[in-house]
Amino acid sequence: MHLAVHFRSAVALTGRFPALSGVDLDVAAGEVVAVLGANGAGKTSLLRACAGLVAVTSGEAVVLGCDLRSDRTVVRRRVGLLGHDPSLYDELTALENVRFAVRAAGLGTDRVGSALDRMGLAGRLRRTPVARMSAGQRRRTALAVLVARAPELWLLDEPHAGLDADARAVVGSLVEEAAESGAAVVLTSHEPELAVPLADRVAVMSGGRIAELRSGCRGTVAPEGVLVALPRDDADVA
Amino acid sequence: MWRDALLVAGKDVRIELRSRVALWQVLPFAVLVLVLFGFALGPGPTALRSAAPGLYWLAVLFSTVLATQRSVAIEAGEGVRDGLRLSGIDPAGVFLGKAAAVAIQLVAVQVLLGAGIVVLFDVHVETWWLALVASVLATVGLSAAGVLYGALSAGLRVRETLLPLLVLPIVAPVLIAGSRAWSAAVTGAVASGASWLKILGPFAAVYLAVGVALYGPLQETA
Repeated sequence: MHLAVHFRSAVALTGRFPALSGVDLDVAAGEVVAVLGANGAGKTSLLRACAGLVAVTSGEAVVLGCDLRSDRTVVRRRVGLLGHDPSLYDELTALENVRFAVRAAGLGTDRVGSALDRMGLAGRLRRTPVARMSAGQRRRTALAVLVARAPELWLLDEPHAGLDADARAVVGSLVEEAAESGAAVVLTSHEPELAVPLADRVAVMSGGRIAELRSGCRGTVAPEGVLVALPRDDADVA
Repeated sequence: MWRDALLVAGKDVRIELRSRVALWQVLPFAVLVLVLFGFALGPGPTALRSAAPGLYWLAVLFSTVLATQRSVAIEAGEGVRDGLRLSGIDPAGVFLGKAAAVAIQLVAVQVLLGAGIVVLFDVHVETWWLALVASVLATVGLSAAGVLYGALSAGLRVRETLLPLLVLPIVAPVLIAGSRAWSAAVTGAVASGASWLKILGPFAAVYLAVGVALYGPLQETA
């Protein structure tokens, strides 16, 4: 089994505060893992650590076969992160933003149009500066960047946030398609009813570590009671 | 690295053309500095002519700070900074691209200021090549130093007030050497003017080299 993410006792700090306090997690290629947890549980930090944006200070951290401590820059080129704050330039249009991201990754721009179409950004909307877009349209543009780049590891931080019902459905199908193409997907959510049906496994985080790993119900109907009750706030963890 | 530099420069220039910050803020500010210093010196044409090169470079320096602040602000959002780090772009390419975009704005500023000192202060340049070479070297040095110190202050909440404090003392050699080289270009004293290029050239080379080497680590700590 090819592992996209292999964390063992991974510890990471943001400033002087613990972001991850000994995370154990394996994510296989083609697998979807949903990470749930209260605010401050460490979900975003886990995604940022997987992307090489937060340094892992101890433990094992291997992503896409590369050690994060020595090959961080290689990992960054191969992952795609959808963060809370979209990586978009306000003055550029959706088309220009996606084109810039694709060119920066050294890829051809032939997939840009279809990626924007996929996210429902057609016609004049794709030529609208991002600053004039709604929060949901900005999020769609950020997702279009990922679609066009087709990373090997998708890291989606609350991908459903701020999206309407149609766009949420598109997120679901994107996750499914990414996994079917062999990419691994790690997504966080505060909405188990949206995340669990997409996931092969569900990780519940608390205090900067994985408190519990459960089976998800990707491709099946969620049985009664599978949706997890979120733990209380972890105010002491970044 | 060069491909990345072109990509980033194109993106920054496009953003500037669309936001028009350079057009509506940097250029008027540069002219305002020139005019106000002219008022401070009084109406005497001799004093104005002799002070014109210094005023010109002072206005260019202040404009450098504004252009650099704008360049830093483009990448100020956490998401945008992360996106750039995840983009796969060589940090040296980011540095060169951003420096090139600032340099293009400074060229526009200098063309306007050059016209300004000719019209307002009745200055006539005798040795054009000396003025041009000094401008090119100074522009490269100013934009490289500005972007480098911009990266240093990028992650700080006080970056907008800190940046002038960091940049202005560092670029003082450009003010001195640029002013002297331009004074020599105005009077036609080529030999003395050319000697000031020996400061502007190494300044530009050192800041380009340091920026290429250090922009990546600075980007990580921002």
